[in-house]
Amino acid sequence: MKWDEFFVTGDPMIYGADVSIVLTMVGILFYLTKYKKWKWLWDEWLTTVDHKKLGIMYIVSAVLMLFRGGVDALLMRTQLAVPEAKFLDSQHYNEIFTTHGTIMIIFMAMPFLIGLINVVVPLQIGARDVAYPYLNAVSFWTFFIGAMLFNISFVIGGSPSAGWTSYMPLASNELSPGPGQNYYLLGLQIAGIGTLLTGINFLVTILKMRAPGMTLFRMPMFTWSSLVTMVIIIFAFPILTVALALMTFDRLFGSHFFTLQGAGMDMLWANLFWLWGHPEVYIVILPAFGMFSEIISTFSRKTLFGYKAMIWSMLLIAGYSFLVWVHHFFTMGSGALVNSVFSITTMAIGIPTGVKIFNWLFTMYRGKIQFTTPMLWSLGFIVNFVIGGVTGVMLAMAAADYQYHNTYFLVSHFHYVLIAGTVFACFAGLIYWYPKMFGYKLNERIGKWVFWVFTIGFNVCFFPQYFLGLDGMPRRVYTYSEESGWGPLNMVSTIGGFMMGIAFLILVYNMYYSFRYAKRETTGDAWDGRTLEWSTPTAMPPFYNFAKIPEVTGLDHFWRQKQAGKVEKLKAEDIKPIHMPSNSGVPFIMASFFFVAGFGMVFEWMWMAIFGIIGVFGTLFYRSFEYDDGYYVSVEEVIETEKISK
Amino acid sequence: MANKTVANEHHGFPWKHLIGFVLSIVLTLFALWIALETDLSLTWILIIIFGFAFLQAALQLLMFMHVTENSTKSNLTSRVQIGNILFAAFVAIVIVIGSVWVMTAGHAKHDKDQHAPKTENHENHGGGSEHDSGEHGSHE
Repeated sequence: MKWDEFFVTGDPMIYGADVSIVLTMVGILFYLTKYKKWKWLWDEWLTTVDHKKLGIMYIVSAVLMLFRGGVDALLMRTQLAVPEAKFLDSQHYNEIFTTHGTIMIIFMAMPFLIGLINVVVPLQIGARDVAYPYLNAVSFWTFFIGAMLFNISFVIGGSPSAGWTSYMPLASNELSPGPGQNYYLLGLQIAGIGTLLTGINFLVTILKMRAPGMTLFRMPMFTWSSLVTMVIIIFAFPILTVALALMTFDRLFGSHFFTLQGAGMDMLWANLFWLWGHPEVYIVILPAFGMFSEIISTFSRKTLFGYKAMIWSMLLIAGYSFLVWVHHFFTMGSGALVNSVFSITTMAIGIPTGVKIFNWLFTMYRGKIQFTTPMLWSLGFIVNFVIGGVTGVMLAMAAADYQYHNTYFLVSHFHYVLIAGTVFACFAGLIYWYPKMFGYKLNERIGKWVFWVFTIGFNVCFFPQYFLGLDGMPRRVYTYSEESGWGPLNMVSTIGGFMMGIAFLILVYNMYYSFRYAKRETTGDAWDGRTLEWSTPTAMPPFYNFAKIPEVTGLDHFWRQKQAGKVEKLKAEDIKPIHMPSNSGVPFIMASFFFVAGFGMVFEWMWMAIFGIIGVFGTLFYRSFEYDDGYYVSVEEVIETEKISK
Repeated sequence: MANKTVANEHHGFPWKHLIGFVLSIVLTLFALWIALETDLSLTWILIIIFGFAFLQAALQLLMFMHVTENSTKSNLTSRVQIGNILFAAFVAIVIVIGSVWVMTAGHAKHDKDQHAPKTENHENHGGGSEHDSGEHGSHE
């Protein structure tokens, strides 16, 4: 392979990206060296096993990926704003919609939610860390390395261009030659390891590490939604792992699982992809439901309406989510019986979701509602998500789906559920728990601007797309003719897209503004909250979270304590030495070897891949013989920390 | 605390794990040998390797997955275990039987029919597919 094939060449925008990547890296290296931050970076972040810090790193990565995926989106919208535009060529457009979809789902939505789960869930259940803190670091670093491997594709080797679904035979060697598609396979495979480990880790954490007295039916709703999500992750992600491995075999080693020749079944890829893909939809929406439940309950000053109904509907969704996958390819033509069955299961899954909508409405009913920014996002969610849900039921009708399939109607539908559901929740959750992570709130006035600009922009962008779809505009086309008549609505849609971009910039400005000027929180209870994470005496909990593990007597324990005026004060004699896990650099090193292995496989340089895999096994081997039982924080240190921070 | 209890259970050499590991590899290699090196008919190969697959799944549950471990600690733990196993069985059945059903009903059947002279099969799609799936159902 020659160097001009190794680096992507020929496009001025890519050269611009090259320059900015190099400048950013030089800038970071310069900053770290000049201010002597290398040791700080290694000790505080790269080797940490603290769930709060890992959570923050997840969220920072997710916000960066939101920027990357958002730029992709705006490039697409610019190309589509007018008929027959020449801004992007077809190959470049294909690459951009592929990376947009993959990044937004796998490297933005999931890590954003997992980041918030990391920060919040151990605090909500009164634990000092997760069940396997070391594994948690492995999870984060494999996710991060997978994301980086996927992201360098656009400057080195070329990006995948077969869509985020990567249907065969389009994604085969014949139709997608070069390393692009391999980046997709290896990036997702490595990040998937991290996700699966997170699933196991948090399942065990929630089942085994709850504070005394916190029975399953006393857990906060966000913890419940995380628990159900982890169960779905554990059962759904192995399907993706296997499917990706089989396609990797097809592309790298000449097997015939999904190829057209050699008795392969191309549509089996679609079948396996969506067997994972539909549960995945619920993996990214259930934590969102949990967050909205917390926020709506907090700012309505009421216990969540229908707590048990909420839980049972989530458990039903967990089961149903494995029974609807065929609705993604009704048009494959499996026959009327198959399509009818999956049509019915798809409509049925709307029922538990509807139950939840009514629960939120009744939680607000006769509540004392405070219109804070997290609450605004939650209210915006209910309205917009219902629009997405209703169009979902329209798509669920197999016969009608033949008309909607692969049009902008579908594009609009899934953006209405994923943005109004997941992205609104990420913003709401970020703002709501921001004081827990950083010790101050984001500015509320600027935050409301973000909400309105984003929500209006979102509707201006995606509502016209329903009509474009009904007019027959197919998805994934890089341009269209003047005569089609799709021009005006596309222009409106593009304007909305840029409004969302502006809202994102205001959000980032708000982070800067609040960092400089926001009033620092003096207590741990920034919003007059209901659950245990707000019960820490300091705004940001110390690394061991709770000096004394709380004893829980019921749902909304902290709230009821406050109502009764019986919030426990910490006494010195209650404090015992605290057992904490040690930091470790091995997860980061292991993930770096994964990068080497993945990069080698992408370019089919087997010597490099084998070296990387040996490195991964080396770190596993090292860990197997490492006897580190953590350390104890002394009583004196705890007392000092608690006093200083008071 | 949790660490200590786990450590106490794992004294001595992990024979159980080693035997399970070796048997898993042997079963896999044997399945590979049956598929690549024997002259059995496709049906028999499938039956045998499916048999091996189930054997290996059972083996792994016994040797690695603590399926026989009964919890004296709490009622909850064993209920969670049972729920887990039932859900795993449900998902496995959905994946395997669901995939076979979806991939063989309808269009896949048409693919097979392509070798036969092209009749009205394709033109008659709307009415035909209902008939097809009914017919297919009777095969199962």
